[in-house]
Amino acid sequence: MTTAAATIGDTLAPVRSKRGAAMIAFRALLVRDVQVLRKTFVAFLMRTVTQPLLIVFVFAYVFPEIGQGVGGSGEGATLFSTSLMPGLIGVAVVFQGIQAVTIPLVSEFGYTREIEDRVMAPLPIWAVAAGKIVSGAIQSAVAALIVVPFALWIPSTPVEVELNWLALVTVAPLACLLAGALGLAIGTRAEPGQIPLVFGIIVIPMTMLGAAYYPWERLGAIEWLKWAVLVNPLIYISEGFRMALTGIPHMSAWGIYTALVGFTAVLSWLGIAGFKRRVLA
Amino acid sequence: MTGGGANRTETGPSADIIRTEALTKVYASKGGPAITAVDDLELGVHAGEIFGLLGPNGAGKTTTVGMLTTRVVPTRGRAWLGDVDVIDDPVAAKQLIGVVPQVSTLDRALSVWENLYFHGRYFGMGARSARRAADETLERFRLTDRANAEILELSGGMAQRLMVARAVLHRPRLLFLDEPTAGLDPQSRLALWDVIGELHADGQTILLTTHYMEEADQLCGRVAIMDHGRILALDTPATLKRSVGSDTEIRITSPEATRVPDLARHLEDFDGVQAATATTDGLVRVYLRGDHAGLARLIAHADAGGFEISDIGITEPTLEAVFINLTGKDLRE
Repeated sequence: MTTAAATIGDTLAPVRSKRGAAMIAFRALLVRDVQVLRKTFVAFLMRTVTQPLLIVFVFAYVFPEIGQGVGGSGEGATLFSTSLMPGLIGVAVVFQGIQAVTIPLVSEFGYTREIEDRVMAPLPIWAVAAGKIVSGAIQSAVAALIVVPFALWIPSTPVEVELNWLALVTVAPLACLLAGALGLAIGTRAEPGQIPLVFGIIVIPMTMLGAAYYPWERLGAIEWLKWAVLVNPLIYISEGFRMALTGIPHMSAWGIYTALVGFTAVLSWLGIAGFKRRVLA
Repeated sequence: MTGGGANRTETGPSADIIRTEALTKVYASKGGPAITAVDDLELGVHAGEIFGLLGPNGAGKTTTVGMLTTRVVPTRGRAWLGDVDVIDDPVAAKQLIGVVPQVSTLDRALSVWENLYFHGRYFGMGARSARRAADETLERFRLTDRANAEILELSGGMAQRLMVARAVLHRPRLLFLDEPTAGLDPQSRLALWDVIGELHADGQTILLTTHYMEEADQLCGRVAIMDHGRILALDTPATLKRSVGSDTEIRITSPEATRVPDLARHLEDFDGVQAATATTDGLVRVYLRGDHAGLARLIAHADAGGFEISDIGITEPTLEAVFINLTGKDLRE
């Protein structure tokens, strides 16, 4: 053992500026999460792909093929598969945010205390929590990319893509950050035994009522529902991707951006506050 | 008593690498009265020493370590690591310390080697130097053959060794070990004592908590005996043991288990006996002033009281005796 002796001096001062140390640690935390993602990539792929694959297969391939129309046939079917594509991306993003952030956090807070090794890294606790949001966002983005080909090529009717690049490069990062923040907010509040509940009463209603499978504008036919679903952040993610990727009528751009930014801010604040409360005595 | 207590500042701040001033933690409890876990703690730890906090569970040792390592926010009081104010500047404090908490905080999503590697990265090492540090540390802590193992495959002793290895990987100026050998088998405990001794020989300042008096006796340069959030005594183990006033501990076994408490009371009256306590396993511990010259008369005294004695053991006083003397209760209670 020849380590510490030489470095113990009379003065005791940190070797790095706080900001420098914190930025390095923040980056290292993300690298750690990416490494874990790499090690578990097959599982990641399976949980990312299964649900959208089945939805797109059943609704946009099986139904039209057997003549059981969702969205009718011909133009209606194209409208459906086109509308479904951004919705599935939105679902993948939100689903991954919860999978990537909530589930590990709940067990780390509940059964094990292993998050504490990262809390002891030389950065503020809020930054450790923010790192969780960013790492969730990265995983959500990967999930979104994986889902795109399924949503494009499996439907038996053509999907009509109309790319709006400016919208895409602004909506996508916001949507992914929102998903990470949602994952953190839930993860710092749920107990280990409540995970099935999280999926049963949060994730499934969110996806069913998140304008993923239908454009929000079309809910005009059920006026109360159209307004009631606005509490669901997935609405704005689905509509945002619809705006960025298709020519289908969507919610107004300012509504989408305001809600995406607003939800991200509020959920981040809730998540970081919850994280601090769980970690600090 | 030197170096601790309220007189600490007179020795000069440079001598103390860890300092606290009236450090206090009060936990609010639901429905009950608030619990003062740490009460006006004044502590000074010298550079390069192994400093022990010895006390039973609930004495406030872990809360003290929690406050010194930024994890517990004090209710009042202050704490410094060198010149860094722990409460005002936790991020700077975290750069200076390595911590081994009571529970395993090893990253189960990562392998043994990766735990060390990423720890190095968190603390600012580049990829190459973190790799080298991970390799070297595994070697030094005799874990190289487990490099690719998953955390859950490790034995308790190995996991604990890895925790210590990880805590010193980034060469912290201060190492905190919270009950480092609790729950380990005797062999793993001795192995870890060796590790701690080697770190100390390298000049590492270590603050450890323990409720094992042998551990405090064996490892620590100075020991603070804690109970109910307060330091009751602070000195070298040798001085503390002398302070009990009894130089010899005599363990008397009686075949009449039911009369053991009576025997203890009977012996307590004997001139030269500091204290006599009955243990649950049919034993009376007698703390005798001076050497064991008075032993024969003590036995005669027991005999005169009509008590039977089947075995006698003589030992030097332990830190446990100090604790019993200070609190009137056992460390294990």
